[in-house]
Amino acid sequence: MFRELDAQEGKSFDSCSERSLCWRSLDRRSFLKCALASGAALGLGEAAQPAAGIPSEAGQEKQDDSHFVVEAKFYQKLQNRKIKCKLCPRECTVGDKERGYCGVRENRGGTYYTLVHSRVCAAHVDPIEKKPLFHYLPGTTAFSLATAGCNVNCKFCQNWDISQVRPEQIPAEYVPPARIAELAKQYSCPTIAYTYSEPVVFSEFLMDAADAGHEAGIRSVVVSNGYMQEEALRTAYGKMDAVKIDLKSFTEPYYRNVVSGQLKPVLDSLVTLKKMGKWTEIVYLVVPTLNDGDQEFRGLAQWIKTNLGGDVPLHFTQYHPEYLLKNLPITPVETLERAKAIADAEGLHYVYIGNVPGHPSQNTYCPQCKRLLVERVGFTASQMLIEKGACPFCHHPIPGVWHV
Amino acid sequence: MMNTMHIASRRDFLKKALSGAAVLGAGGGTGLLAAAEQSPAGAKSRVAIAHDALLRGAGSTPGSSVDERRMLALLDRAMQALFDRDRPIEAWKKLVRPGDLVGLKVNTLGGRGISTNPQLVEAICERLQEAGIKAGEIVVWDRETEELERAGFHISTSGNGVLCFGTDRVDYEQELVEHGSVGSRLSKILTQRSNVLINVPVLKDHDGAGVTIALKNMYGVIHNPNKYHPNGCDPYIADLNMLPEIRSRMRLTICDATTAMYEGGPAYKPEHSWKNNALIVSQDPVALDYTGWQIIEHKRAEKGLKTLEAEERAPRYIATAADQEHRLGTNDPKRITTVEA
Repeated sequence: MFRELDAQEGKSFDSCSERSLCWRSLDRRSFLKCALASGAALGLGEAAQPAAGIPSEAGQEKQDDSHFVVEAKFYQKLQNRKIKCKLCPRECTVGDKERGYCGVRENRGGTYYTLVHSRVCAAHVDPIEKKPLFHYLPGTTAFSLATAGCNVNCKFCQNWDISQVRPEQIPAEYVPPARIAELAKQYSCPTIAYTYSEPVVFSEFLMDAADAGHEAGIRSVVVSNGYMQEEALRTAYGKMDAVKIDLKSFTEPYYRNVVSGQLKPVLDSLVTLKKMGKWTEIVYLVVPTLNDGDQEFRGLAQWIKTNLGGDVPLHFTQYHPEYLLKNLPITPVETLERAKAIADAEGLHYVYIGNVPGHPSQNTYCPQCKRLLVERVGFTASQMLIEKGACPFCHHPIPGVWHV
Repeated sequence: MMNTMHIASRRDFLKKALSGAAVLGAGGGTGLLAAAEQSPAGAKSRVAIAHDALLRGAGSTPGSSVDERRMLALLDRAMQALFDRDRPIEAWKKLVRPGDLVGLKVNTLGGRGISTNPQLVEAICERLQEAGIKAGEIVVWDRETEELERAGFHISTSGNGVLCFGTDRVDYEQELVEHGSVGSRLSKILTQRSNVLINVPVLKDHDGAGVTIALKNMYGVIHNPNKYHPNGCDPYIADLNMLPEIRSRMRLTICDATTAMYEGGPAYKPEHSWKNNALIVSQDPVALDYTGWQIIEHKRAEKGLKTLEAEERAPRYIATAADQEHRLGTNDPKRITTVEA
């Protein structure tokens, strides 16, 4: 069921920034189809679709709150029933009966709760390349899922209709961690991927699902903005086997004006992940005129080289108009190629161009002998020559996790 | 009292909305009043405040429900004072005309402790019907049906009477609307069930915005209010109220200040609330918010609390709403005429 859906529909992206010409955004219609299909696959009921304009006595199918509400892990209690959220750098101070910026965490009488534990609003089987993770089990699939919510508000978000809504505004199914692991196994996915919206905001669920997965021999990967406090990052993403971070720009003004976030905490997260030894890849969505300057590309590449090393894969991906940012053209391929050339020149070894089907820079080449090692067509790895973590031609080590 | 319920089709609704817009655009000669920003240049904004110390009935204990007859009389006094009319019906006929679809946007976040009073809403509905609005063409609404119930409203989604339900029953529009910093989906109750909006908020302290009164009550109209709380909700509140779908419908704010809160909001804190027994009415939501803010500051001073400014949470959004970019009303006390009814 999932595979069919994936092949026929294939409409979701793994981050708020990822898109290709052949993969369009998870629009509401396709989401509903996916949700319904998911429900069927999960053996669950159909999700209710709200009637337009005319209320019914029954209204929308009420999602059973008690299934999804679990005390949050990262917060601090304050006076007068207020709390301070310690999950992301925003540190929302939230009064009783109020929610944080993410919209999926609520203060109830001075205790902070996540409202989205096991509350899955999207689920697919995706190629791992779609995350994109290019150096992590190429050619395999990931059981990919999301809940509602996000802790930023990127103006270009492709999945805004799940990331920028409250959980009760979107159909969802109760899929507890053990069931996630079962489904991943059932669909022969070696990994579970937490993706589509922003996994930071469903950290508790992610942690429990990762534990359940590991018990069943299934790994976990996360596709995230990295806008997270260090303790939460270490605790939650400590359970991940690989991480993809959307580094949305290399300037604070862009983060402030386009993302509604901050750059520095994301850079700090990348350094922390490096210290934790997590396999990490970085995506940089190139938006024409807003974050596509040579100086910015150079600064980014230099920072990565200095702080993370030259072996971290960096994906420059193509922007498409969406959500609140529709007045700019699709990123020209020449711009992406310019970005790659600059990053290559700064000494990064694995710089990719994404969302441009058929572009040769979506393949992996040996940095020493320059031979083709992994060929990709769309999101499929059509050829994988790496052996024992090294180039089969010159034996240069190729960083990554290449085999299950 | 109640007329046949009529659920307007989208086409009917659009026809009515368009005719409403045409009337609004035609200027003052039509008898319908427009929003404050359409007042002649230099005109003052009126804010009427009506008090009734016996609103909860002679000898009633704190927390008891209000006396319905006294509530109606209080509303009448406020409306007559605002429109300077001898009879309440004359005031209401300045606002609505038969065929209008009227939405009453209440505030029910605070449960029974501090939400829009159902008795006030009943009084408004009574006067609207006297002004020619059919009961079934009035909808009382907020974000969540459950919150309305918790605040004491009887839910009704069909029948001949006044309708009452939350946006959760009909969802939000799929399309985003944008102004400045705001990009949101609007409640279908606003867009498809009303061409006239009467805002019926409460008067209370807000930990983020400073105060929440008229303008901030529009957060209950959109799907993503959580995104607009940073920076004291500024400029989000002002930008939100600039959305044409809201601005073109807004006719009047009737602030339920019978119970008010000077600290600890927005959730109900009985220890920080007081029985103010008043209604504050205006067509200028900025002037009303400014006036309400001053009432809260006065009570804070009385209680020995710091000003909101000193607590670094003064409601800056009010000045933004009044600025040249927004012009949603005035926050200049010299341009506000406060009428004590």
